[in-house]
Amino acid sequence: MLNEIVRHSIRFFVLVLVQGLILKNMDVAPYVNPFIYLLFLMQLPFDMPPWLVMLIAFVTGFFVDVFYGTIGMHMAASTLVGFMRSRILKMLSPRDDYEFSAQPTVQDMGWVWFLTYAGIFIFIHHFCLFYLEMFSFREFFSTFLRVLISGMATMLLVVVTQFLFYRSKKAL
Amino acid sequence: MRNLLVFLVRNYLVLLFLLLEGLSMYFLVQHNVFQRAAAVSAANSFTGSIYETRSNFTAYLNLKDQNEMLNHQLAALLNRDRGSFIAFNTATTNVNDTVYRQRYQYLTAEVVDNSVSLRSNYIILDRGSKQGVAPDMGVIGASGIIGIVREVSDNFCVVMSVLHKDTKISASVKKDGTFGQLLWSGGDYRTADLIDLPTHSKIANGDTLVTSGLGDAFPQGVAVGVVKNFEKKAGDKTYTVEVQLTTDFRKLKHVLVIKDLFREEIQQLKQRVIESDNNAK
Repeated sequence: MLNEIVRHSIRFFVLVLVQGLILKNMDVAPYVNPFIYLLFLMQLPFDMPPWLVMLIAFVTGFFVDVFYGTIGMHMAASTLVGFMRSRILKMLSPRDDYEFSAQPTVQDMGWVWFLTYAGIFIFIHHFCLFYLEMFSFREFFSTFLRVLISGMATMLLVVVTQFLFYRSKKAL
Repeated sequence: MRNLLVFLVRNYLVLLFLLLEGLSMYFLVQHNVFQRAAAVSAANSFTGSIYETRSNFTAYLNLKDQNEMLNHQLAALLNRDRGSFIAFNTATTNVNDTVYRQRYQYLTAEVVDNSVSLRSNYIILDRGSKQGVAPDMGVIGASGIIGIVREVSDNFCVVMSVLHKDTKISASVKKDGTFGQLLWSGGDYRTADLIDLPTHSKIANGDTLVTSGLGDAFPQGVAVGVVKNFEKKAGDKTYTVEVQLTTDFRKLKHVLVIKDLFREEIQQLKQRVIESDNNAK
């Protein structure tokens, strides 16, 4: 249990710092702003109570906001996605519920499940975030384009991270 | 009462969500749609020092370009130095100039944080109120305009870059002086749009655009960009111009903050007019 907490804390620090110090300053192309810190929220355990997930999301958003100088923006988007997470999980749950020891990773849940989960998760967050950044629906389509393109960039990073840092169970 | 409690317990998740979301929105709006918040992050010494450390490292990466730019600047200044002139007419004497008075002062600063890929980009400089920076001052670089100071803390200031959804800068066509508003519509950080340019302007592709000197942030004649393309959209009475910005926002390091020495006088004058207008109503 303690081990688990340490693991999640390390993931939190690493991802928020990577987000704030590296990704924020990486200009791959216009419209591409990946937000890898979402991976931390995605990987919280299945059985964590929803209110705790939401609070953690709120706090995570705050730290990202400090780096981006946008107090409130990431907080709002993360809280929303933290709130929706339990619903997404319920929607995607297997017929006989999640296994006790399973983690929300590709290795445990398979590609189809994981991509759907991450896709919905990232879309909700990015949609909320980019429209809050504009704070209006003018330039609706160009903002929507940013949501999609940045969402794909985030997805790519998330998938690559899954490959790099999680060993397959079968190999063990 | 019991029903209320049951309702609260049953919907605690939704209520907590509304509370946290409301709090976020409050921060967002309270901070004047996050412009002030930008100062919060620059001002607090935690992120401020992290940014500075990082910028110390990254400074080495584009030293070559920076040196070249500084050299150009130096050359331009030396060209104006008295040492580069020779006296043609030995009969003149120096007079204390009462015709011209200095209006703008320049303060050097270094960029500690910058972005170009967001829809609203901010630049953080290592100068603040202790060094004489105040909100609404203009910021320029060796190759052209950069932005306008929004917030200052003791030792840092946050600049709203030209690459920001709310930045509007008055820019004019250098050869005939007709002017319009410079806006950035997102996307490419190298191009912006000049709108509301009157159609009697004799604009052509390749023309230089400079600041018009209207408003108090920039003196007249600071480079803005080059006309890439222009058109009169159907139904419009003005040209919309695609502008190639002269400043490379990805390579900012050494910049100048402009202080308008007459700003206060102009502000007071404006204030008086506004007041008398209000009284007349």
